[in-house]
Order: sequence, then C-alpha cells, then structure tokens
Amino acid sequence: MSRASRQGARWLLILPPLAFLTIFFLVPFAFALKISFAETAARVPPFTDILTRTPEHHLQLTLSLANYKFLLTDEIYGLAYLYSLKTALFSTLICLALGFPMAYAIARAARSVQGILLIIIILPFWTSFLLRVYALESIIGDTGLLNTALLKLGLIHQPLHIMRTSLAMYIGIVYSYLPFMVLPLFATLEKLDPTLLEAAADLGSPPWRVFLDVTVPLSIPGVIAGSMLVFIPAVGEFVIPSLLGGPNNLMIGRVLWDEFFSNHDWPVASAVAIAFLVLLVGPIAIYQYYNVRQLEA
Amino acid sequence: MQEHRSPLTLSVLCIGIALLYLPILALIVYSFNASPLLNVWGGFSTTWYAALLHNRQLLRAALLSLEVAVTASTVALVLGTLAAISLVRWARFPGRLLLTGMVNAPLVMPEIITGITQLLLFVSMLQLIGWPHRGFVTIVLSHVAFCAAYVTITVQSRLQAADRSLEEAAMDLGATPAQAFIDVTLPIIAPALLSSWLLSLTLSLDDLVISSFVAGPGASTLPMVIYSKIKLGVSPDVNALATVIIAVVGACVIGGGYLMRRAEQRKLAEMRLVTE
Repeated sequence: MSRASRQGARWLLILPPLAFLTIFFLVPFAFALKISFAETAARVPPFTDILTRTPEHHLQLTLSLANYKFLLTDEIYGLAYLYSLKTALFSTLICLALGFPMAYAIARAARSVQGILLIIIILPFWTSFLLRVYALESIIGDTGLLNTALLKLGLIHQPLHIMRTSLAMYIGIVYSYLPFMVLPLFATLEKLDPTLLEAAADLGSPPWRVFLDVTVPLSIPGVIAGSMLVFIPAVGEFVIPSLLGGPNNLMIGRVLWDEFFSNHDWPVASAVAIAFLVLLVGPIAIYQYYNVRQLEA
Repeated sequence: MQEHRSPLTLSVLCIGIALLYLPILALIVYSFNASPLLNVWGGFSTTWYAALLHNRQLLRAALLSLEVAVTASTVALVLGTLAAISLVRWARFPGRLLLTGMVNAPLVMPEIITGITQLLLFVSMLQLIGWPHRGFVTIVLSHVAFCAAYVTITVQSRLQAADRSLEEAAMDLGATPAQAFIDVTLPIIAPALLSSWLLSLTLSLDDLVISSFVAGPGASTLPMVIYSKIKLGVSPDVNALATVIIAVVGACVIGGGYLMRRAEQRKLAEMRLVTE
C-alpha cells in the first residue's frame, strides 16, 4: 500500500470521532459562550442575536455583559456555588472515611472472595441512579424503615425528619458515589507491597504506625483519584438535591435547572454554565493534564 | 497484600455493602405492596405490575428510551472504538490532543452543563440549517457524545494491553492491516466492546439531566417520566417499574459477565493448549 493511501485510510478512522465530538461536544460551548453575551427576548429561541446587520449592511456585534454582572450582584449564584463546593467536599470526606476501610478489607480478603466483593460493590452502579436515589425515601422517609426501626426499638418517640434536609442530601450523595471511592482505593491498596509492611513491623513499628507511615502515604494516588470521582459529579449534582434536598439546599445544578426551566432565562443560564465551567472544570482539567504528564514522565 | 482480617475494617465493609443494597431491596419489597402509600405495608399484591401494563405513557417512554439507548450505544461503540484505535496506534496526528481532551472531558463535565450547551447548539443549528428538530434525533446525538467517551476509555485500555506482535505476525504472513485487525485484534478486544456497549446502554437508559434539556416538549424518555412522577408525589407503580428495570438490567449484567468470563476461560484454555 502506498504511503499516501495509508495516510488516507488513517484519516478514515480518525475523522469520524474527531468530527462528531467537535461538533456535538466542543462547539456547543462556543454557542453557550455566545448566548451568555446575549439578552433575553420574547421570541423563539428566547434570546437576542449578538451579531446583527445594520441598515447600512454593516455587521454589528453587540456583547452584553449584563448576565455576568447579574451573577456577581445577585448573591444566590455565589452562595449556591459555595454551598455546592461545601456539600461536595464534606460528602467526599465521608465517602473517604467509609470507603477506605471497605477498600482495605477487600484488598486483604482472600483472592476468591475479592472478585465477588468487587462485583457486589460495582453492581449497584449498573442499576438506575435515579431509581436508587428515589429508593432512599423508603429508608429515610418519615415512615421509612429507619424511623420504623428506631420507633419500634423505643430509641425515639417521634419520627426523625430527614427527607428534604441537607442530611438527606449527604446520605444520597454518599450512597450514590461510594463505589467510585472504593474502587480506585482498592486498586492502589491491592498493589501495596506487603514486604514494606513487614519491614516496618520488623523494625519495631506498632501496627497503627505501620498503617500511618506506610499504608496511608502509599495509598495517596487512590485517595486523590477516588476523591475526584466523588467530588466532581457531586458539585454539579442535580437529581439528589432536587429529590432529597429541601428548598434551602440550593446547589448550583438546581439553580441552573430552575433558571432554565422555570425562569426561561437562557442567557443567564448560559452565563452560569460558563462561569461554573471556568471556576470548576477549568482547574480540574489543568490538574489532570499535569498529573498525566507527570505520570508519563 | 497478605491475608489478614481485622474486625473493624470487615464490619465497615459489611455495613457499607448493606447500605448499598438496603434501599434497592426495600424498593423491590414495596413494589409488591397492596397499599398505595409508600412504606405502609398493606399485604402482598401484584396490582402495580398490572397497572404498568395499562400505563400507555410509561410504555411509550420506555420504548423511546430503549430505541434511543440501542441506537446511541451502537453509534457510540463505532465512534468510540475508532477513537480508541486512533489514540493507541498513532502517537502523533493533528488533532490528537483535541481528541484526547474530548474523550476525557465528559467524565468530569457536570451533566447539566453538557445538557444546556448541547441544547443551545441544537436550537442554533435549527435556526441556521433547519435541522435537527428536538426529539429522538437530538437525544441520540447527545447520548452518543458522552457514551463514546466511555467506550473510548474502556477499549483504549484493552487495546493497550493487547499484544501488537500478533497482528504484525499476521501481516508478515500476508494479511492486509485491515484483515490482521479484524482476525487478530478484534477477537481480543471483543469483551471490551461488549462491556462498553452494555455500559453505554445503561448510561443512556439512565440519563435524566441531558435528555431533559435536549428532548424538547414532544418526547419524554423513561427517566424523564419517572422523575416527574416522583416529583408529583406518591406513585406506587414507579416501584413496580423500578423492580422490572433492576431485574432486567441485573440479569443482563450478570448474564453478560458470565458469558464473558466463560469465553475468556475458553480462550485461556486454548492458549495453554497451543503453548504446551
């Protein structure tokens, strides 16, 4: 085969995914950026054109910064953003506290049991996320299993109101994202060289010091990977705050949804999306880029 | 790591697993509840399953979701595999960094942002070129975009692990690169293709946020209908529906996993025969 036709064949493979993802994943952000500079208008679609033709047939570019100014002045956006960060951070820490011992126990289990335990951890991920979040109500609802059990045991006299509070939201996030924490932690803990632990023990370290001085530092990559996998989707979460959170638990995903479906303010929603992207996804992308480069080096 | 069990970590493991499964089990049990009140047991009944069969809105949404999922995950399988081959086989080509970025970005992108931006694209495209109208097509296009990313990553790792020299041997024996790929590498990555297709299928069937944005007023996928039913209040038929979905998905995943494992074991046995 000639070199030129080989090159051609190569592009036959590369071009379809490259073109598809560029058009349907990358270009949309350009449109969002464009519309974030537009103004709302009572028409379909509900925003003004930023590029218009003047009567003298000149192209005129009208960029409105009003949407971004609105984000800065109306404090609901800033508060929702901070609240989302806080909720995601605490959920990540709870997942870590719960996931670490779980991953540790799986890594130390016998080989034959390990596979089964991993399948048990992964299996819920295959069932519908929406339905799993919905299913929580049968546990933590006012007449749910938890309250029924506590009442029957005589530990409480009145049902606990957990639904539509921030506690319900934390339970929802931890419940949904725990497997994402356990799996990367298991992957690093499993690779841990047991001779290092033995060496530390032989040199006189008590078990808790071996754990703190050897196991924990060596599991940092898994901790970081797991934390990212929990933190990132948790920040932008919509379903959990919407179904389990109360009216005060304003996470940014919910604000964005309401801006779009209740207020029909597409330009402001675009500005929120762009700001969120720059403030959250930007730093993570840069971090990952350097992380990958470091791993390759 | 050596075998060593501490009661503390073991009990956390058991509690964690119980936490993961308890809500699903409760949901399944309550789907057989005669009482329409959630959480109040009124005796065993299959009323809600019968009600499901007569709920045209749910059935229509389920059909749409299935059509979307099968179409989107099949297209995503093709595009994602092409992307994976490109990224593994060629160390440099124009647009490589862009492609790498675009297959990794959906994993860290909040769905709500993807949904909004894609809706804005579809609306602007409709204005400019008169296509696509919101509905089946737009849902499929948006699902392909995020499913392709998962396919690429799964297939990519499998391809990287595959032994390139086998393909080279085939080519030395006279096979064309395409033949060598189809006869040698394709069977090796087949399990990854199947599992990424299944993963795409479940991701697509499960998607609420992106679909809600791009679907438009006429089309409702199953998660969209379920979400609005949950939001409206108690709807015991959702429990029955959830049980059916969990049973179907569970059977597919366990069955698929079993078949894949058996195929792999057979291949291992064959390889041992060849080398001995």
